[in-house]
Amino acid sequence: MSLISCDNVSLAYGKQAVLSELSFTVERGDYLCVVGENGSGKSTLVKTLLGLLPPVSGTITFGKGFTRKSIAYLPQQNAAQKDFPASVMEVVLSGRLSSKKFISFYNAHDREVAKGVMERLAIADLASRSFRELSGGQQQRVLLARALSSESELLLVDEPTTGLDPLVTADLYGLIEEVSASGKTVIMVTHDIASAVKYASHILHLHQKPLFFGTKEDYVSSEVGRGYIDRGSY
Amino acid sequence: MGLIEYLQTLLSSNIVLYALIAGVLLSLTAALLGVSLVLKKFSMIGDGLSHVSFAALSVAVATRQAPLAFSIPIVILAAFLLLRISENSKIKGDAAIAVISTASLAIGAIAARGTNVDVESYMFGSVVSITFTDVVLTVFVTVVTLLVYVFFFNRIFAVTFDENYVRAGGGRPALYNALIAVLTAVTVVVGMRLVGALLISALIIFPALSSMRLFKSFRRVVISSCVIAVLSFVISLFISLFFDIPTGATIVLLDLFVFGVASLVLTIRER
Repeated sequence: MSLISCDNVSLAYGKQAVLSELSFTVERGDYLCVVGENGSGKSTLVKTLLGLLPPVSGTITFGKGFTRKSIAYLPQQNAAQKDFPASVMEVVLSGRLSSKKFISFYNAHDREVAKGVMERLAIADLASRSFRELSGGQQQRVLLARALSSESELLLVDEPTTGLDPLVTADLYGLIEEVSASGKTVIMVTHDIASAVKYASHILHLHQKPLFFGTKEDYVSSEVGRGYIDRGSY
Repeated sequence: MGLIEYLQTLLSSNIVLYALIAGVLLSLTAALLGVSLVLKKFSMIGDGLSHVSFAALSVAVATRQAPLAFSIPIVILAAFLLLRISENSKIKGDAAIAVISTASLAIGAIAARGTNVDVESYMFGSVVSITFTDVVLTVFVTVVTLLVYVFFFNRIFAVTFDENYVRAGGGRPALYNALIAVLTAVTVVVGMRLVGALLISALIIFPALSSMRLFKSFRRVVISSCVIAVLSFVISLFISLFFDIPTGATIVLLDLFVFGVASLVLTIRER
Protein backbone atom coordinates (compact mmCIF):
# COMPACT_ATOMS: atom_id res chain seq x y z
CA MET A 1 0.00 0.00 0.00
CA SER A 2 1.27 3.45 -0.89
CA LEU A 3 2.17 5.93 1.83
CA ILE A 4 0.18 8.66 0.10
CA SER A 5 -2.08 8.29 -2.91
CA CYS A 6 -3.75 11.24 -4.55
CA ASP A 7 -6.61 10.33 -6.85
CA ASN A 8 -7.94 12.93 -9.28
CA VAL A 9 -7.58 15.73 -6.75
CA SER A 10 -8.58 19.35 -7.44
CA LEU A 11 -7.42 22.22 -5.29
CA ALA A 12 -8.70 25.77 -5.10
CA TYR A 13 -8.24 28.97 -3.14
CA GLY A 14 -11.73 30.25 -2.50
CA LYS A 15 -13.35 30.08 -5.93
CA GLN A 16 -10.12 30.17 -7.87
CA ALA A 17 -9.06 26.76 -9.12
CA VAL A 18 -5.35 26.23 -8.65
CA LEU A 19 -4.68 22.63 -9.52
CA SER A 20 -6.80 19.90 -11.07
CA GLU A 21 -6.69 16.27 -12.26
CA LEU A 22 -3.85 15.56 -9.88
CA SER A 23 -3.05 11.89 -9.34
CA PHE A 24 0.19 10.56 -7.90
CA THR A 25 1.45 8.13 -5.30
CA VAL A 26 4.30 8.21 -2.83
CA GLU A 27 5.83 4.92 -1.66
CA ARG A 28 7.89 4.39 1.48
CA GLY A 29 11.45 5.51 0.89
CA ASP A 30 10.68 7.60 -2.21
CA TYR A 31 12.33 10.96 -2.76
CA LEU A 32 9.74 12.93 -4.68
CA CYS A 33 10.49 16.38 -6.05
CA VAL A 34 7.54 18.57 -6.91
CA VAL A 35 8.64 21.10 -9.52
CA GLY A 36 6.88 23.85 -11.42
CA GLU A 37 6.81 27.60 -11.96
CA ASN A 38 5.55 30.13 -9.43
CA GLY A 39 1.77 29.84 -9.37
CA SER A 40 1.81 26.28 -10.68
CA GLY A 41 0.12 25.04 -7.50
CA LYS A 42 3.15 23.69 -5.64
CA SER A 43 2.61 25.58 -2.39
CA THR A 44 -1.10 24.85 -2.53
CA LEU A 45 -0.29 21.15 -2.72
CA VAL A 46 1.95 21.51 0.35
CA LYS A 47 -0.91 23.12 2.28
CA THR A 48 -3.22 20.28 1.30
CA LEU A 49 -0.73 17.58 2.28
CA LEU A 50 -0.36 19.29 5.66
CA GLY A 51 -4.13 19.29 6.07
CA LEU A 52 -4.42 23.06 6.01
CA LEU A 53 -6.48 23.22 2.81
CA PRO A 54 -8.95 20.43 2.03
CA PRO A 55 -9.24 19.37 -1.63
CA VAL A 56 -12.29 20.52 -3.59
CA SER A 57 -12.73 17.10 -5.12
CA GLY A 58 -10.88 13.80 -5.39
CA THR A 59 -9.38 11.79 -2.56
CA ILE A 60 -6.09 11.65 -0.71
CA THR A 61 -5.50 8.34 1.03
CA PHE A 62 -2.79 7.65 3.55
CA GLY A 63 -1.18 4.24 4.07
CA LYS A 64 -1.75 2.21 7.19
CA GLY A 65 -0.59 3.95 10.36
CA PHE A 66 0.27 7.12 8.46
CA THR A 67 -1.46 10.33 9.53
CA ARG A 68 -0.83 14.01 8.99
CA LYS A 69 1.16 13.97 12.20
CA SER A 70 3.60 11.59 10.50
CA ILE A 71 4.72 14.49 8.33
CA ALA A 72 7.69 16.56 9.46
CA TYR A 73 7.73 19.92 7.80
CA LEU A 74 10.64 22.15 6.83
CA PRO A 75 9.07 25.48 5.84
CA GLN A 76 10.38 28.28 3.69
CA GLN A 77 12.53 30.80 5.49
CA ASN A 78 10.28 33.00 7.56
CA ALA A 79 11.32 36.61 8.04
CA ALA A 80 9.20 36.94 11.20
CA GLN A 81 11.50 34.56 13.07
CA LYS A 82 14.62 36.54 12.34
CA ASP A 83 14.65 38.54 15.56
CA PHE A 84 13.22 35.94 17.91
CA PRO A 85 14.98 35.19 21.21
CA ALA A 86 15.14 31.40 21.16
CA SER A 87 17.98 29.05 21.89
CA VAL A 88 18.74 26.42 19.24
CA MET A 89 17.86 23.71 21.78
CA GLU A 90 14.43 25.28 22.37
CA VAL A 91 13.72 25.32 18.64
CA VAL A 92 14.85 21.74 18.04
CA LEU A 93 12.96 20.40 21.07
CA SER A 94 9.74 22.06 19.88
CA GLY A 95 9.73 19.46 17.09
CA ARG A 96 8.86 16.88 19.75
CA LEU A 97 5.56 18.59 20.59
CA SER A 98 3.52 17.16 17.73
CA SER A 99 3.78 13.72 19.32
CA LYS A 100 2.53 14.96 22.69
CA LYS A 101 -1.06 14.95 23.79
CA PHE A 102 -1.99 17.81 26.08
CA ILE A 103 0.56 18.84 28.66
CA SER A 104 3.82 19.67 27.02
CA PHE A 105 6.81 19.00 29.24
CA TYR A 106 9.91 17.48 27.67
CA ASN A 107 11.32 14.30 29.18
CA ALA A 108 14.78 12.74 29.03
CA HIS A 109 13.88 10.81 25.89
CA ASP A 110 12.89 14.03 24.08
CA ARG A 111 16.21 15.61 24.96
CA GLU A 112 18.08 12.53 23.81
CA VAL A 113 16.33 12.49 20.44
CA ALA A 114 16.96 16.21 19.96
CA LYS A 115 20.64 15.83 20.85
CA GLY A 116 21.01 12.86 18.51
CA VAL A 117 19.52 14.76 15.59
CA MET A 118 21.70 17.79 16.30
CA GLU A 119 24.81 15.65 16.30
CA ARG A 120 23.82 14.09 12.98
CA LEU A 121 23.38 17.54 11.48
CA ALA A 122 26.63 18.81 13.04
CA ILE A 123 24.95 21.56 15.03
CA ALA A 124 25.39 20.09 18.53
CA ASP A 125 27.84 22.86 19.39
CA LEU A 126 25.18 25.46 18.61
CA ALA A 127 22.69 24.11 21.21
CA SER A 128 22.82 27.09 23.57
CA ARG A 129 23.35 29.71 20.87
CA SER A 130 20.56 32.08 19.96
CA PHE A 131 18.64 31.23 16.80
CA ARG A 132 18.68 34.84 15.62
CA GLU A 133 22.47 35.06 15.69
CA LEU A 134 22.94 32.19 13.25
CA SER A 135 23.57 32.45 9.53
CA GLY A 136 20.79 31.56 7.09
CA GLY A 137 22.33 28.16 6.41
CA GLN A 138 22.68 27.35 10.10
CA GLN A 139 19.09 28.43 10.71
CA GLN A 140 17.87 26.05 8.02
CA ARG A 141 19.87 23.26 9.65
CA VAL A 142 18.23 24.02 12.99
CA LEU A 143 14.77 23.96 11.39
CA LEU A 144 15.66 20.68 9.68
CA ALA A 145 16.70 19.34 13.08
CA ARG A 146 13.35 20.45 14.51
CA ALA A 147 11.55 18.55 11.73
CA LEU A 148 13.69 15.42 12.16
CA SER A 149 13.37 15.34 15.93
CA SER A 150 9.66 14.67 15.49
CA GLU A 151 10.81 11.24 14.22
CA SER A 152 8.15 11.37 11.54
CA GLU A 153 8.14 9.02 8.59
CA LEU A 154 7.96 11.67 5.94
CA LEU A 155 9.92 14.86 5.54
CA LEU A 156 8.11 17.56 3.59
CA VAL A 157 10.45 20.30 2.43
CA ASP A 158 9.11 23.54 0.94
CA GLU A 159 11.56 25.60 -1.14
CA PRO A 160 14.32 25.13 1.43
CA THR A 161 17.03 27.08 -0.30
CA THR A 162 15.35 30.40 -1.05
CA GLY A 163 17.75 33.15 -0.05
CA LEU A 164 20.72 30.86 0.63
CA ASP A 165 24.02 31.16 -1.21
CA PRO A 166 25.01 28.34 -3.61
CA LEU A 167 27.50 26.68 -1.27
CA VAL A 168 25.03 26.51 1.61
CA THR A 169 22.33 25.36 -0.80
CA ALA A 170 24.43 22.40 -1.95
CA ASP A 171 25.14 21.63 1.69
CA LEU A 172 21.44 21.54 2.57
CA TYR A 173 20.60 19.34 -0.41
CA GLY A 174 23.33 16.98 0.77
CA LEU A 175 21.75 16.79 4.23
CA ILE A 176 18.31 16.10 2.80
CA GLU A 177 19.79 13.37 0.63
CA GLU A 178 21.29 11.79 3.76
CA VAL A 179 17.86 11.86 5.36
CA SER A 180 16.48 10.11 2.29
CA ALA A 181 19.33 7.58 2.32
CA SER A 182 18.54 6.79 5.97
CA GLY A 183 15.23 5.35 4.76
CA LYS A 184 12.87 8.26 5.33
CA THR A 185 10.43 9.33 2.66
CA VAL A 186 11.08 12.83 1.36
CA ILE A 187 8.85 15.19 -0.60
CA MET A 188 10.60 18.36 -1.70
CA VAL A 189 8.95 21.29 -3.41
CA THR A 190 11.41 23.32 -5.43
CA HIS A 191 11.82 25.45 -8.50
CA ASP A 192 15.44 24.33 -8.79
CA ILE A 193 15.02 21.74 -11.50
CA ALA A 194 18.70 20.85 -11.79
CA SER A 195 18.87 19.79 -8.15
CA ALA A 196 15.53 18.03 -8.39
CA VAL A 197 16.82 15.87 -11.19
CA LYS A 198 20.09 15.29 -9.37
CA TYR A 199 18.65 14.02 -6.08
CA ALA A 200 15.07 12.83 -6.54
CA SER A 201 13.85 9.33 -7.28
CA HIS A 202 10.53 10.62 -8.60
CA ILE A 203 9.39 13.87 -10.18
CA LEU A 204 5.98 15.51 -10.16
CA HIS A 205 5.89 18.43 -12.57
CA LEU A 206 2.98 20.80 -12.08
CA HIS A 207 1.51 23.50 -14.23
CA GLN A 208 -2.07 23.94 -13.00
CA LYS A 209 -2.31 20.30 -14.05
CA PRO A 210 0.32 17.62 -13.63
CA LEU A 211 2.53 17.69 -16.72
CA PHE A 212 4.53 14.68 -15.60
CA PHE A 213 4.62 12.15 -12.82
CA GLY A 214 7.04 9.23 -12.75
CA THR A 215 10.60 8.23 -12.01
CA LYS A 216 13.44 10.63 -12.53
CA GLU A 217 14.89 8.46 -15.32
CA ASP A 218 11.64 8.64 -17.29
CA TYR A 219 11.41 12.38 -16.65
CA VAL A 220 14.87 13.08 -18.01
CA SER A 221 14.02 11.37 -21.28
CA SER A 222 10.48 12.74 -21.50
CA GLU A 223 9.58 15.69 -23.67
CA VAL A 224 8.44 17.81 -20.70
CA GLY A 225 11.60 17.00 -18.80
CA ARG A 226 13.98 17.69 -21.65
CA GLY A 227 12.32 21.02 -22.35
CA TYR A 228 12.76 22.24 -18.80
CA ILE A 229 16.10 20.68 -17.95
CA ASP A 230 17.73 22.50 -20.87
CA ARG A 231 16.64 25.76 -19.32
CA GLY A 232 18.25 24.77 -16.03
CA SER A 233 15.66 26.38 -13.84
CA TYR A 234 12.81 28.84 -14.13
CA MET B 1 10.85 59.43 59.90
CA GLY B 2 13.14 56.53 58.98
CA LEU B 3 12.64 54.49 55.84
CA ILE B 4 11.62 51.33 57.73
CA GLU B 5 9.03 53.21 59.74
CA TYR B 6 7.78 54.87 56.59
CA LEU B 7 7.30 51.50 54.90
CA GLN B 8 5.57 50.14 58.00
CA THR B 9 3.12 53.01 58.03
CA LEU B 10 2.41 52.54 54.32
CA LEU B 11 1.81 48.81 54.60
CA SER B 12 -0.48 49.19 57.58
CA SER B 13 -2.99 50.90 55.32
CA ASN B 14 -5.37 48.60 53.44
CA ILE B 15 -5.28 50.75 50.35
CA VAL B 16 -1.53 50.50 49.95
CA LEU B 17 -1.65 46.80 50.69
CA TYR B 18 -4.29 46.26 48.00
CA ALA B 19 -2.30 48.34 45.55
CA LEU B 20 0.83 46.36 46.33
CA ILE B 21 -0.80 42.94 45.90
CA ALA B 22 -2.82 43.87 42.81
CA GLY B 23 0.13 45.70 41.27
CA VAL B 24 2.67 42.93 41.77
CA LEU B 25 0.34 40.29 40.35
CA LEU B 26 -0.77 42.50 37.51
CA SER B 27 2.81 43.36 36.55
CA LEU B 28 3.62 39.65 36.53
CA THR B 29 0.65 38.76 34.32
CA ALA B 30 1.20 41.65 31.95
CA ALA B 31 4.87 40.75 31.59
CA LEU B 32 4.10 37.11 30.80
CA LEU B 33 1.52 38.00 28.17
CA GLY B 34 3.72 40.81 26.92
CA VAL B 35 6.48 38.50 25.73
CA SER B 36 4.04 36.65 23.47
CA LEU B 37 2.34 39.83 22.28
CA VAL B 38 5.57 41.67 21.47
CA LEU B 39 7.05 38.67 19.65
CA LYS B 40 3.88 38.15 17.64
CA LYS B 41 3.96 41.85 16.72
CA PHE B 42 0.73 42.55 18.59
CA SER B 43 2.32 45.16 20.89
CA MET B 44 -0.34 47.74 20.18
CA ILE B 45 -3.24 45.48 21.11
CA GLY B 46 -2.80 46.31 24.80
CA ASP B 47 -3.02 49.99 23.94
CA GLY B 48 -6.13 49.53 21.79
CA LEU B 49 -7.83 47.44 24.44
CA SER B 50 -7.17 49.99 27.17
CA HIS B 51 -9.09 52.59 25.18
CA VAL B 52 -11.95 50.18 24.61
CA SER B 53 -11.85 49.49 28.32
CA PHE B 54 -12.09 53.22 29.05
CA ALA B 55 -15.17 53.51 26.82
CA ALA B 56 -16.78 50.43 28.34
CA LEU B 57 -16.21 51.62 31.93
CA SER B 58 -17.59 55.08 31.14
CA VAL B 59 -20.68 53.64 29.46
CA ALA B 60 -21.14 51.27 32.39
CA VAL B 61 -21.11 54.14 34.87
CA ALA B 62 -23.41 56.31 32.70
CA THR B 63 -25.95 53.49 32.35
CA ARG B 64 -25.52 52.35 35.95
CA GLN B 65 -24.18 48.89 35.12
CA ALA B 66 -21.67 47.04 37.25
CA PRO B 67 -18.38 48.35 35.79
CA LEU B 68 -16.31 45.16 35.65
CA ALA B 69 -19.10 42.77 34.68
CA PHE B 70 -20.02 45.14 31.85
CA SER B 71 -16.54 45.96 30.54
CA ILE B 72 -14.79 42.61 30.64
CA PRO B 73 -16.96 40.89 28.00
CA ILE B 74 -16.78 43.95 25.74
CA VAL B 75 -13.01 44.16 25.97
CA ILE B 76 -12.67 40.41 25.35
CA LEU B 77 -14.81 40.85 22.24
CA ALA B 78 -12.60 43.73 21.10
CA ALA B 79 -9.51 41.55 21.66
CA PHE B 80 -10.89 38.87 19.36
CA LEU B 81 -11.82 41.48 16.79
CA LEU B 82 -8.32 43.00 16.82
CA LEU B 83 -6.67 39.58 16.52
CA ARG B 84 -8.88 38.65 13.60
CA ILE B 85 -8.18 41.91 11.81
CA SER B 86 -4.45 41.43 12.29
CA GLU B 87 -4.71 37.94 10.82
CA ASN B 88 -6.58 38.73 7.61
CA SER B 89 -5.03 41.84 6.27
CA LYS B 90 -7.73 43.77 4.44
CA ILE B 91 -7.29 46.57 6.93
CA LYS B 92 -3.77 46.79 8.29
CA GLY B 93 -3.60 45.80 11.94
CA ASP B 94 -2.06 49.07 13.11
CA ALA B 95 -4.68 51.14 11.28
CA ALA B 96 -7.45 49.01 12.76
CA ILE B 97 -6.10 49.56 16.26
CA ALA B 98 -5.93 53.32 15.67
CA VAL B 99 -9.55 53.34 14.46
CA ILE B 100 -10.82 51.35 17.40
CA SER B 101 -8.74 53.31 19.94
CA THR B 102 -9.88 56.74 18.86
CA ALA B 103 -13.49 55.68 18.37
CA SER B 104 -13.50 54.21 21.88
CA LEU B 105 -11.98 57.36 23.37
CA ALA B 106 -14.68 59.42 21.69
CA ILE B 107 -17.47 57.17 22.98
CA GLY B 108 -15.93 57.15 26.44
CA ALA B 109 -15.58 60.93 26.53
CA ILE B 110 -19.23 61.46 25.58
CA ALA B 111 -20.49 58.79 27.99
CA ALA B 112 -18.46 60.26 30.82
CA ARG B 113 -20.05 63.69 30.33
CA GLY B 114 -22.50 64.61 33.11
CA THR B 115 -21.69 61.56 35.20
CA ASN B 116 -19.36 61.46 38.15
CA VAL B 117 -16.80 59.41 36.18
CA ASP B 118 -13.37 60.61 37.18
CA VAL B 119 -11.82 60.73 33.72
CA GLU B 120 -8.41 61.53 35.05
CA SER B 121 -8.31 58.44 37.24
CA TYR B 122 -9.27 56.32 34.20
CA MET B 123 -6.61 57.92 32.08
CA PHE B 124 -3.78 57.84 34.59
CA GLY B 125 -5.03 55.37 37.16
CA SER B 126 -5.19 55.87 40.83
CA VAL B 127 -3.80 53.53 43.40
CA VAL B 128 -6.41 54.56 45.95
CA SER B 129 -9.27 53.42 43.72
CA ILE B 130 -8.24 49.75 44.00
CA THR B 131 -11.00 47.78 45.71
CA PHE B 132 -11.12 44.35 47.26
CA THR B 133 -12.96 43.07 44.14
CA ASP B 134 -10.09 44.29 41.99
CA VAL B 135 -7.64 42.38 44.14
CA VAL B 136 -9.69 39.18 43.91
CA LEU B 137 -10.02 39.51 40.14
CA THR B 138 -6.31 40.18 39.78
CA VAL B 139 -5.44 37.11 41.85
CA PHE B 140 -7.74 35.06 39.62
CA VAL B 141 -6.27 36.31 36.32
CA THR B 142 -2.75 35.85 37.61
CA VAL B 143 -3.33 32.30 38.78
CA VAL B 144 -4.93 31.33 35.46
CA THR B 145 -2.17 32.98 33.44
CA LEU B 146 0.56 31.39 35.53
CA LEU B 147 -1.00 27.94 35.21
CA VAL B 148 -1.34 28.35 31.46
CA TYR B 149 2.29 29.45 31.13
CA VAL B 150 3.65 26.70 33.38
CA PHE B 151 1.76 23.81 31.83
CA PHE B 152 1.81 24.94 28.22
CA PHE B 153 5.10 26.79 28.18
CA ASN B 154 6.61 24.72 25.39
CA ARG B 155 3.50 24.96 23.27
CA ILE B 156 3.29 28.70 23.77
CA PHE B 157 6.90 28.91 22.65
CA ALA B 158 6.16 26.83 19.55
CA VAL B 159 3.08 28.85 18.62
CA THR B 160 4.88 32.15 19.14
CA PHE B 161 7.96 31.03 17.22
CA ASP B 162 6.29 29.42 14.21
CA GLU B 163 2.53 29.22 14.01
CA ASN B 164 2.52 27.50 10.63
CA TYR B 165 4.72 24.68 11.82
CA VAL B 166 2.42 24.03 14.76
CA ARG B 167 -0.59 24.06 12.47
CA ALA B 168 1.16 21.66 10.10
CA GLY B 169 1.80 19.28 13.00
CA GLY B 170 -1.91 19.13 13.82
CA GLY B 171 -1.75 21.69 16.63
CA ARG B 172 -4.28 24.46 17.02
CA PRO B 173 -2.50 27.82 17.31
CA ALA B 174 -5.82 29.69 17.11
CA LEU B 175 -6.71 28.25 20.50
CA TYR B 176 -3.57 29.67 22.11
CA ASN B 177 -4.02 33.02 20.40
CA ALA B 178 -7.57 33.21 21.70
CA LEU B 179 -6.46 32.27 25.20
CA ILE B 180 -3.82 34.99 25.19
CA ALA B 181 -6.35 37.50 23.85
CA VAL B 182 -8.83 36.77 26.64
CA LEU B 183 -6.18 36.95 29.35
CA THR B 184 -4.83 40.19 27.89
CA ALA B 185 -8.32 41.69 27.82
CA VAL B 186 -8.99 40.93 31.48
CA THR B 187 -5.53 42.12 32.49
CA VAL B 188 -6.10 45.42 30.70
CA VAL B 189 -9.49 46.05 32.32
CA VAL B 190 -8.15 45.40 35.79
CA GLY B 191 -4.85 47.10 35.11
CA MET B 192 -6.20 50.38 33.84
CA ARG B 193 -7.70 51.14 37.26
CA LEU B 194 -4.24 50.84 38.73
CA VAL B 195 -2.02 52.57 36.17
CA GLY B 196 -4.59 54.06 33.83
CA ALA B 197 -5.72 53.52 30.26
CA LEU B 198 -2.90 55.52 28.77
CA LEU B 199 -0.16 53.64 30.60
CA ILE B 200 -1.31 50.02 30.90
CA SER B 201 0.28 48.96 27.62
CA ALA B 202 3.65 50.00 29.06
CA LEU B 203 3.31 47.22 31.64
CA ILE B 204 2.81 44.77 28.79
CA ILE B 205 5.53 45.94 26.44
CA PHE B 206 8.47 47.34 28.40
CA PRO B 207 9.59 44.30 30.44
CA ALA B 208 9.52 42.09 27.32
CA LEU B 209 11.47 44.62 25.25
CA SER B 210 14.12 45.06 27.94
CA SER B 211 14.49 41.30 28.44
CA MET B 212 14.80 40.63 24.71
CA ARG B 213 17.86 42.87 24.76
CA LEU B 214 19.43 41.03 27.67
CA PHE B 215 18.69 37.35 27.03
CA LYS B 216 18.84 34.95 24.13
CA SER B 217 16.52 32.10 24.99
CA PHE B 218 12.74 32.28 25.22
CA ARG B 219 12.68 30.83 28.73
CA ARG B 220 15.13 33.39 30.05
CA VAL B 221 13.34 36.26 28.34
CA VAL B 222 10.05 35.23 29.98
CA ILE B 223 11.55 34.83 33.45
CA SER B 224 13.52 38.05 33.23
CA SER B 225 10.40 39.95 32.09
CA CYS B 226 8.56 38.83 35.19
CA VAL B 227 11.42 39.82 37.49
CA ILE B 228 11.89 43.23 35.86
CA ALA B 229 8.14 43.91 35.91
CA VAL B 230 7.64 43.06 39.57
CA LEU B 231 10.73 44.91 40.77
CA SER B 232 9.86 48.02 38.74
CA PHE B 233 6.38 48.03 40.16
CA VAL B 234 7.35 47.67 43.81
CA ILE B 235 10.10 50.28 43.59
CA SER B 236 7.86 52.67 41.65
CA LEU B 237 4.97 52.30 44.07
CA PHE B 238 7.07 53.36 47.05
CA ILE B 239 8.82 56.14 45.16
CA SER B 240 5.49 57.52 43.97
CA LEU B 241 3.92 57.39 47.42
CA PHE B 242 6.98 58.93 49.02
CA PHE B 243 7.20 61.85 46.60
CA ASP B 244 3.45 62.00 46.03
CA ILE B 245 3.63 61.62 42.24
CA PRO B 246 1.34 59.46 40.02
CA THR B 247 2.18 55.75 40.39
CA GLY B 248 1.42 54.76 36.78
CA ALA B 249 3.70 57.43 35.38
CA THR B 250 6.47 56.48 37.80
CA ILE B 251 6.30 52.83 36.68
CA VAL B 252 6.52 53.80 33.03
CA LEU B 253 9.52 56.06 33.60
CA LEU B 254 11.33 53.40 35.64
CA ASP B 255 10.53 50.81 32.95
CA LEU B 256 11.87 53.21 30.36
CA PHE B 257 15.04 53.61 32.41
CA VAL B 258 15.49 49.81 32.62
CA PHE B 259 14.91 49.59 28.87
CA GLY B 260 17.57 52.24 28.33
CA VAL B 261 20.07 50.33 30.48
CA ALA B 262 19.25 47.06 28.68
CA SER B 263 19.75 48.70 25.29
CA LEU B 264 23.06 50.11 26.47
CA VAL B 265 24.16 46.65 27.66
CA LEU B 266 23.25 45.23 24.24
CA THR B 267 25.18 47.94 22.41
CA ILE B 268 28.27 47.42 24.55
CA ARG B 269 28.06 43.64 24.14
CA GLU B 270 27.77 43.89 20.37
CA ARG B 271 30.83 46.07 19.99
